[in-house]
This record gives sequence, C-alpha cells and structure tokens, in this order.
Amino acid sequence: MSPVVAPATASSLLPVIILAVIVVAFGLVIVFGTSLLGPKRTVKSKAQMMPYECGIPGTETNDTKISIKFYLTAILFILFDIEIIFMYPWAIKFLDSIKEGMGGYMLATMGVFVLLFVIGLIWEVKSKALDWK
Amino acid sequence: MGKDVFEVTVNILKMFVIFLMMVQAVPILVWLERRGSAFIQNRLGPNRIGPLGLLQLLADAVKFLFKQSFVPEKSVAPLYYFAPVMALIPGALAFNSIPLSIPINIQPFEMAGQTWGPYTFAFQGYDLGIGIVFILGISSLAVYGLMMAGWGSSNKYSLMGAVRATAQAISYELALSLSLVGILMVYGTFSFREIVDIQTGPLTFKAFGGEHIVSWLPNWGIFFQPLGALIFFAATFAEANRLPFDLPEAEGELVAGFHTEYAGFNLLLFYIGEYGHMMVASALLATFYFGGYSFPGLNPADVLTYMQSVTGGANSASILTAVVFHLVLLAKVAIFLWIFIHVRWTLPRFRYDHLMSLGWKTMLPWALANACFTAIWMWLGHR
Repeated sequence: MSPVVAPATASSLLPVIILAVIVVAFGLVIVFGTSLLGPKRTVKSKAQMMPYECGIPGTETNDTKISIKFYLTAILFILFDIEIIFMYPWAIKFLDSIKEGMGGYMLATMGVFVLLFVIGLIWEVKSKALDWK
Repeated sequence: MGKDVFEVTVNILKMFVIFLMMVQAVPILVWLERRGSAFIQNRLGPNRIGPLGLLQLLADAVKFLFKQSFVPEKSVAPLYYFAPVMALIPGALAFNSIPLSIPINIQPFEMAGQTWGPYTFAFQGYDLGIGIVFILGISSLAVYGLMMAGWGSSNKYSLMGAVRATAQAISYELALSLSLVGILMVYGTFSFREIVDIQTGPLTFKAFGGEHIVSWLPNWGIFFQPLGALIFFAATFAEANRLPFDLPEAEGELVAGFHTEYAGFNLLLFYIGEYGHMMVASALLATFYFGGYSFPGLNPADVLTYMQSVTGGANSASILTAVVFHLVLLAKVAIFLWIFIHVRWTLPRFRYDHLMSLGWKTMLPWALANACFTAIWMWLGHR
C-alpha cells in the first residue's frame, strides 16, 4: 500500500517560508513606507488621537466586556474541528477500501465515530450551549 | 525548489508573480463591486476617472499613499501595525498552493554558454501534495489578523467586531471543512491536480451495480455533491466576512468593525486580504466542483498540437497552452466572484443569533448528513 501523500519535509516547506517572508516584507514596506510619505505633524491633535467614538467623549479603556459565549464557542470549535480533521484521512482512503473489499468495515468504524460526533452535537444543542440571547 | 539556478529563480519569481496577481486583482474587483452595486441600485457609480471609471482605484491608491499614518492613543502599536500585514498572509499562501493551469514543459535550451533544462514548471506557487488541508490550516491564520487589529486598536467597536468575526469564522469553518469530506471521498485524493484530472471527460458514475455514462455532461464534482457545494459556498461567505454574514462590520452597530481605527493603505491591506480570501474560495470552488482549469471538449494534447502548428516552437506552444487553460480557470473564478458581489447587494444581513444557529444547527448537521449519505451511497454503488 503506497502512502497517500508524500511526507512534508523541511525542503518541501521551504517555498512556503520564502513566500511568507516575501509577503511580510511587502506588507511592512507598505505600512511603514506610507508613514514616510504621508504628512508629519509634530503637534498631535487630541481629537485625532482619541479612539473613535460616535458623538460622546471616548472612554479610552481596553476593558470592554465581551460575552462569555464567544469563549464557549471557541472551545466547542476546537473539539469539533479536531473530530472533523480525523475524518479527512479516512475520507480519501474510503474509495480504495471499497475496491479492496474493506468498505463495510471502514463504514462501521466511521459510523461509531460519527455517532459520538452526533451525540456531542445533540448534547450541545440540548444544553443550550449554542443559544444566543 | 529545483536542481539549478534557473529553476530555483523561476520558482521563486513564480510565487511572487502569483502573489502580485492576487494583489493586482483587488483594484479591479473593488471597481467591479462599486460599479456593479451602482447598477443594481440604479446609480452610476465611479465613472469620472479613466474609461468607465477604471482608474478610480489607482487614484485612490495614490491618495492612500499620502495619508498621514498614526497610531491612536492607548493602542498597542506593534499589534496595530502588524495586523494588516497578517491579514495578507493567508490569502497569499493559500492562493499559491492552488494549481492555476496545466504544467509548462520547457525543452533544453542554450543560455550563457551552457545547456539548461529540460524543465517542468507547475502553474502554481508550490505543490505540497496535501492541498486542501494546507489551505484550511493557513486560512485559520486569518483569525490572528482580525484579533490583532481588534485588540491593538484599543477601541470597543474594533474589539467587538474582531471577536464577532473570530467566532463567526471558526463556527463556519466546521461546516466548511465537513462539507468537503463528501467530495474527498468521491475523489480519494488531496492533490488538486489529480482532482482536476478526475473531473475531465463525460459524467461517469456507478450505481445499481453498473457504470453509467452521461455523455452530454462534464464529469464535475457538482453533480456528485450538489449539497456539499452549496454548503461550501455559503460557508465561504461567512469565512470572508461578506454579506449576508458581515456582522463584524455591521455599520449600524459597530461603525466598521475590526478596522474602525484604520485608514489609508493599512485599510487597503485588509481589503486585499478579504478579496484574496474570496479569490481562494472561488478557485477552490472551481477546482473541487467545476472541473478546475479543465473545460469540457478542450483536450490539453489537442490544444498543444494546435499551438505548435500556430507558433512552431515547442516551448511557446507549451506556454500558450497553459495560458489557455489558465484563462478557463480565471473565467470560472470571475463568475464566482461576481456571485459574491451580486449576493452582497441582494440579501439582507442576518441577526447574530440567527447567524450562529444557522452555522451550528443547520449547516453543520446538513454537512454531516451529506458526508454520511455519500459514504453509504458509495458503498452500495461500488459493491
């Protein structure tokens, strides 16, 4: 049985790293290049430097309260995302397995996994973890 | 990267050119969006600068260059400055890993007193062989750009917009990645090039113990996975923060969301990131469900023979053939980009709880059902 994908090595990731460096350099040149080209004011206006606010004086604090729901969503995402990523290697081997006569076994094993996934999702909905008010 | 100087140079230049191509497409898309929205709303849109207003964005870019660049008070300057750069990375890295055409074959040639070649250049930045997994991983980095912008700006609108955008992006990523499980089962490979190769020829499928061929339809993924394609396309709208999923920028509530404090070219970098995301999504949709750079009835070998009879050179014929198939992909991508734009001016915005419940309670179960149904159907059909 041949490997499904070639293992990623440092040399195969080299182009990705080179491109990332190019993109970051491009972005930094733009971000800092424009600050060289633009007008420079030594006297800073207070209204300009204030965080944007609509009609009332800005409070300028960084302790804005954020709903705990977002945190819960992020945790649930991690669980479900990992479960979905586990399906990927299974999905690309499924066609070959059917041809080798292992389709029923593959289907049964993934069926158990999906059942756990569905139970988790139903529990999440029942416990109102996904309700926003 | 390559076995000699020429190949390495071309491979690096290729990545840079594809990246610049993505950046260059943004002014055209912004023009198309403004002009298209104007016609949808019975207005004229930008029409003064250049023919049809095409130079409007060029003028805007020059204006952006000469804007004062400053960090608002109380901001975290490193995060504030690096966030737009971070927004560029996912689109650029993902777009480079998608094959944009068939590979170019270069015959041996003489240059600087030395024989070079033969070479085969893939029409993509790099081929990691893991295709969609790499793109899903890289696209998740977009969240960092949003959060850095939101936190670095030190403004409550920015922070709320960033948190909303993050929650929405990760919620729809579940439906997005799960909708692809079905199509990966059908193809049985991660490699984009193999996926496009499978989709050439007439529609062929196995059902009820026999093989059926529908000669008047192409063998595209959309016919195997219509529901998967729909969920994938809908989820990409949420991933790219486009209407009807643009809650992070809901201007009635949050001013402009995570980029409230940005101006000038820094703001434009966020736009390049967003349009880059749309281009990646369109290219992926074309590759997975609409035959990628292949076109029904257009055989690469036939096109190569024709080009050879026209130009006479093997190298130029190979390059021109690749260009022809590249244009096929670009046409498909352009159609999907126009759908992105048209939807923006057609559908109203969701409410946030509706958005979250659509992602978790509707699209995720349907994507799962699609995957399960595909698995059982394939098992029954191939047995």
